[in-house]
Amino acid sequence: MAEDHVDKHRRRFLTAVTTGVGAVGGIAAAVPFVVSMTPSARAKAEGAPVRLEIGKLEAGQMLREQWRGQPIFVVNRTKAMLDSLDKDTDLLLDPKSTTDQQPSYADNKYRSIKPEYLVVVGVCTHLGCVPVQKFTMGSDSGLGADWPGGFFCPCHGSKYDLSGRVFKNVPAPLNLQIPPYRFETDTTVVVGENPKGEA
Amino acid sequence: MSKLLAWVDERLPLTKVWNEHLAEYYAPKNFNFWYYFGSLALLVLVLQIVTGIFLTMHYKPDADKAFASVAYIMRDVPWGWLMRYLHSVGASMFFVVVYLHMFRGLLYGSHRGPRELVWLLGCVIFVALMAEAFMGYLLPWGNMSYWGAQVIISLFGAIPYVGDSLAEWIRGSFVVTDATLNRFFAFHVIAVPLILAGLVFLHLVALHKVGSNNPDGIEIKKNKDANGIPKDGIPFHPYYSVKDLVGVVGFLIIYLSIVFFAPEFFGFFLEKDNFTPANPLQTPVDIVPLWYFTPFYSILRATTEDLMLFVRGLIVIAVIVAFIRTKGLTGRVVSAVVGVAFLVGTFVFVPKFWGVILMGSSLVALFLLPWLDQSPVKSIRYRGWMYKTALTIFAVSFVTLGYLGMHKPNDFSLFLFKNVIWAQACTMAYALFFILMPLYSVWDKTKSEPERVNFK
Repeated sequence: MAEDHVDKHRRRFLTAVTTGVGAVGGIAAAVPFVVSMTPSARAKAEGAPVRLEIGKLEAGQMLREQWRGQPIFVVNRTKAMLDSLDKDTDLLLDPKSTTDQQPSYADNKYRSIKPEYLVVVGVCTHLGCVPVQKFTMGSDSGLGADWPGGFFCPCHGSKYDLSGRVFKNVPAPLNLQIPPYRFETDTTVVVGENPKGEA
Repeated sequence: MSKLLAWVDERLPLTKVWNEHLAEYYAPKNFNFWYYFGSLALLVLVLQIVTGIFLTMHYKPDADKAFASVAYIMRDVPWGWLMRYLHSVGASMFFVVVYLHMFRGLLYGSHRGPRELVWLLGCVIFVALMAEAFMGYLLPWGNMSYWGAQVIISLFGAIPYVGDSLAEWIRGSFVVTDATLNRFFAFHVIAVPLILAGLVFLHLVALHKVGSNNPDGIEIKKNKDANGIPKDGIPFHPYYSVKDLVGVVGFLIIYLSIVFFAPEFFGFFLEKDNFTPANPLQTPVDIVPLWYFTPFYSILRATTEDLMLFVRGLIVIAVIVAFIRTKGLTGRVVSAVVGVAFLVGTFVFVPKFWGVILMGSSLVALFLLPWLDQSPVKSIRYRGWMYKTALTIFAVSFVTLGYLGMHKPNDFSLFLFKNVIWAQACTMAYALFFILMPLYSVWDKTKSEPERVNFK
């Protein structure tokens, strides 16, 4: 160094600018690493819509299929089952489905496009277990005399009715999720796609 | 030989490090049984790394092959069963040793100044260890592995707004899949072990800077002889290296007895449901994490709508304690604002989210311990009845939570009340141990500490 004089102001400024630019570069360099952990093209492709034939599903019966690796339940509800949806509202946490757990076209009393067909993601909203079907009403079900029929989660005891609405005072906080789906024909359901004209 | 050593010493501070950390590291002479667990934790870490390396030679981190490759290790690889059982039992023993090591800290005030950083680094090690164990448990790709991961990752989904994308990012897919298994393998065998090794190094360096605590909780550095050596100190090597060897032998007897005679340890170390392959469409009847996570899992499950009133009570109590213990307006205003924000939060967010918050807080509370504890003495030997009672209630609650975590919330595994009620009571006790500590640790009537350590 020819001179002893150090311009500390200049040095501090240059240090701050260098650190700042370096930090921006560091963050930019971290982006590819972070983004590499998001679902890959293959994982997204495996999340593509699935087509279900429900013509042979008899009244009162349930079909289990898979979409995005998640179980999808399709229930062909009987008249009695549909009637139970009006009677059990006192037992439910959110009988009117006010939380955003269904597409707008399924935001109705039956939580479905066609009243008889319930299409629901069979994943408990508590911690992701698969609820089991308990369609027998009343005390024969083993779930008490006022059991309206529905789904029971074996993990932590959460209960849902026949439209996937959650009961009060169970660990699960939300109604079962209704996936986006549409009827391609009267007997073909496409899960993962909205009806035409719906967002 | 001494020439060679001199040659090395000129280029690498070998003798210097040996002396500073072993031959001339002066530890208090009154270490007791509780002081085995630090060195044992180090031993288990080494064992886990060594057995892990050998397991990696045969294991396949692929959803189609993982389960079969574990069976292959158990049946076809020579001594493969031993490597695996050493590793799986080692994981549980790691937590046994670490929990006892942490409890020693609570007994003798090892978290107190000047050892705050030793304690904080230890807490980070504990959290890293939990992550390591959790990700390792997915690798056998059994059904409990799968569903355990599904449940724990979906915890992140409970975080408002960003939760779902965060959970997707962790899984690398919409559910737990091959992508999840593959990345957990990467984290389990390289990322977290590297972090753990680094943290353990810092934990020890920080410890050797401030010096070890002891059962009397007094600073031996206050009483030094003419050479500047603490009068109550003895060189770690050979005195404690030899003492710890006795601990190692005792530990190995217990550890290897389990490995050879009860490697599943009655379903506590390896769960029954994990002997069937992962099945995304078939949830086990009861999802239970391994025993070392059950206390925290219990807290998670205990947080239902009914508990929220008590959670609000805890927040109010915390603010009152902060008001009593802080001087000055700023601190009080800040604590009041934070308290109100939390209270509002209890109405805005669902109990599921608060379960995650409470579970996280139960770990965060450990980090705050050096500052919550304001007693004039460190060791339980000189504390009064309040801390002794509080610590007993805390320990009993922790163990009870662990027990309840293995049973269904609506069963009656204890007496009188449902499990969930007991878990809620224990969650409150756990929280109050920390929240009330700034008060009772000061109010407690303490005995005067001795000048020199008690040593017979």
